[in-house]
Amino acid sequence: MHPAIRVVLLTLIGLFFLFPIVWVFLMSFQTNETILRIPPSLVFEPTLQNYTALISGRLETGAGVLELAFMQNLWNSFVLSFCSVALSLLLGVPAAYAFARFKFFGSEDIAFTLLSFRFAPALLVLLPLNLYFQDIGLNDTYIGLIWVYQLITLPLILWIVRGYFEDISPDIENAYRVDGHSWFSTFMKISIPLALPGIAAAALLSFIFAWNNFVFALILASADKQPVTVGALAFVTASGIQYGQIAAAVVLSILPTLALALYAQRYLVEGLSLGAVKG
Amino acid sequence: MSYLVLDGVAKRFGKDEVLKDASLSIEKNEMVAIFGPSGVGKTVLLRLISGVAPPDAGDIRVGGESVLGTSPEVRETGVAFQNFALYPHMNAFENIASPLRARGADEAEVKRKVQETGELLKIAHVLHHLPRQLSNGQKQRTALGRALVRRPKIILLDDPLRNVDAKLRYEMRLELPRLLKRFESTVLYVTQDYKEAMALGERVAVLFDGRFQQVDHPAAVYRSPRHVEIARLFGDPTINLYPIRPTKGEGGHEVTVLGQTLRLKGRAGLDRPCLIGIRPEDVHVEQEPSEGSFPVELDAVTPLNVRTVLFLRTKEREEVFATCSESRGERFGRDHRQVHARVDFEKALLFDEATGERLAA
Repeated sequence: MHPAIRVVLLTLIGLFFLFPIVWVFLMSFQTNETILRIPPSLVFEPTLQNYTALISGRLETGAGVLELAFMQNLWNSFVLSFCSVALSLLLGVPAAYAFARFKFFGSEDIAFTLLSFRFAPALLVLLPLNLYFQDIGLNDTYIGLIWVYQLITLPLILWIVRGYFEDISPDIENAYRVDGHSWFSTFMKISIPLALPGIAAAALLSFIFAWNNFVFALILASADKQPVTVGALAFVTASGIQYGQIAAAVVLSILPTLALALYAQRYLVEGLSLGAVKG
Repeated sequence: MSYLVLDGVAKRFGKDEVLKDASLSIEKNEMVAIFGPSGVGKTVLLRLISGVAPPDAGDIRVGGESVLGTSPEVRETGVAFQNFALYPHMNAFENIASPLRARGADEAEVKRKVQETGELLKIAHVLHHLPRQLSNGQKQRTALGRALVRRPKIILLDDPLRNVDAKLRYEMRLELPRLLKRFESTVLYVTQDYKEAMALGERVAVLFDGRFQQVDHPAAVYRSPRHVEIARLFGDPTINLYPIRPTKGEGGHEVTVLGQTLRLKGRAGLDRPCLIGIRPEDVHVEQEPSEGSFPVELDAVTPLNVRTVLFLRTKEREEVFATCSESRGERFGRDHRQVHARVDFEKALLFDEATGERLAA
């Protein structure tokens, strides 16, 4: 293909996919009036009022002053995603190793069941969970949410990391044992370091999935435990939808995952393909 | 009493019975070559001895005591894996240092011993390299260094020369025995190259069908193989084998082989179908007929440096391999022609066709 055509096509595709993000980014610097004017225009006077409203937590609308918990939401997102991934790593990495190295009764079935959590519709489990959680007092708690978030993060980590462990020659581990090292030290000094790119990729991916989750927190948490994805709903107010604040909230909430993804791009691609294709 | 004893060891993987009843006794500081075609369980055997996997049946004793149930880290074996199995994230120095560190050796001792081993194996100048920066030969020496550095009582070498180039293989074949002698260790050397087994083993243990079929000095395995399969595996080109149907004659059994009738005296077990094996070097090929010779067609001449392999056909179209010295081989030219062969039937080996067992001479 001619290089010029390539450039044109790539630009078109890039524009197509990036335009909504660019539009949202521009919206975040406009007032509701300039956003809603017809016809829309790219020329406007930029304002930071959306961001100041979000950060200060006070939104002044025509109908009065609205208290916003956006910074709390951002913090919740971080706590929930980080703790969920940490717990999943703690549980998932040793489990992945067991599934990769040992064939025990029902091992494939158990591994598959864990994976199936990933494609079971969330609503199916949410309503019964909501009832259970109310009974045992886990409703609207970080612990309860982190527990449910395992449905998102654990299968992902388990399956990607398992592929990595399977790629490590058992002879390398055997050699270390024969050298005189214990089983545990072999796991920590050989297996984990060799699977580290996969573990990092799986952790990043599941962090992003956890961050973007909406429906679990929507049903199981109230305002002070809600992540940004749910928190953004607060901008749909009685006096109208606050497009400017929504846009600013979106920009702020995608920044952490965007930064992570850009930083770890190389690992992500490597991790996904290596985990999927086992040697 | 033997130092390392394998007693009726068995191991299966699913339905595949790799080792059935493997028994072997090895003296202290002896070097035994375990020889067998690929897939007979040589590597499995080393795994059982090093403790990486448990046997299904049988016992493994070291110095008179069973080591079954002890984990690999306490067994005091040094293993050089066939695929090297170096730790990719540690440099050569740390790879070799690993057995020392496992025993909590202090830094100065680790440094001294690794350096010493590195110099012995001629890799001292690449000790700071990661495995992927090493050549195959250097990787192999690093793996060897890791197996040797602690001076273990038992050293298990799993075909360590298989993945290195021909030149290095010859060098190491000469160097290894000298090196290993300095360590005063009991060495098991696994290989599927019969020449390597004969060159390196003080004794050769031939493994197939899940058992050690013969354990003997290299020359004895070659000269008097206990089984037709061993005769076939040892020798290049392979031994000439022909089915024979001995018939009872006047002064003993008579057989017809290669169109020649011979009388076999005083051999037992000739009342059933047999195989006769003739080593290529026992077939003497001449231009002119002589006493006891018979005419054959010379189909191909393959000079192999010091030896020449001749491919012959009898009138009955039976194929015969013969070898002779290079200087003699040159005289035959490379063309198809008629020559005369004389077989040293005295040295022929006889096997039971059904069981493959060698018939006593």
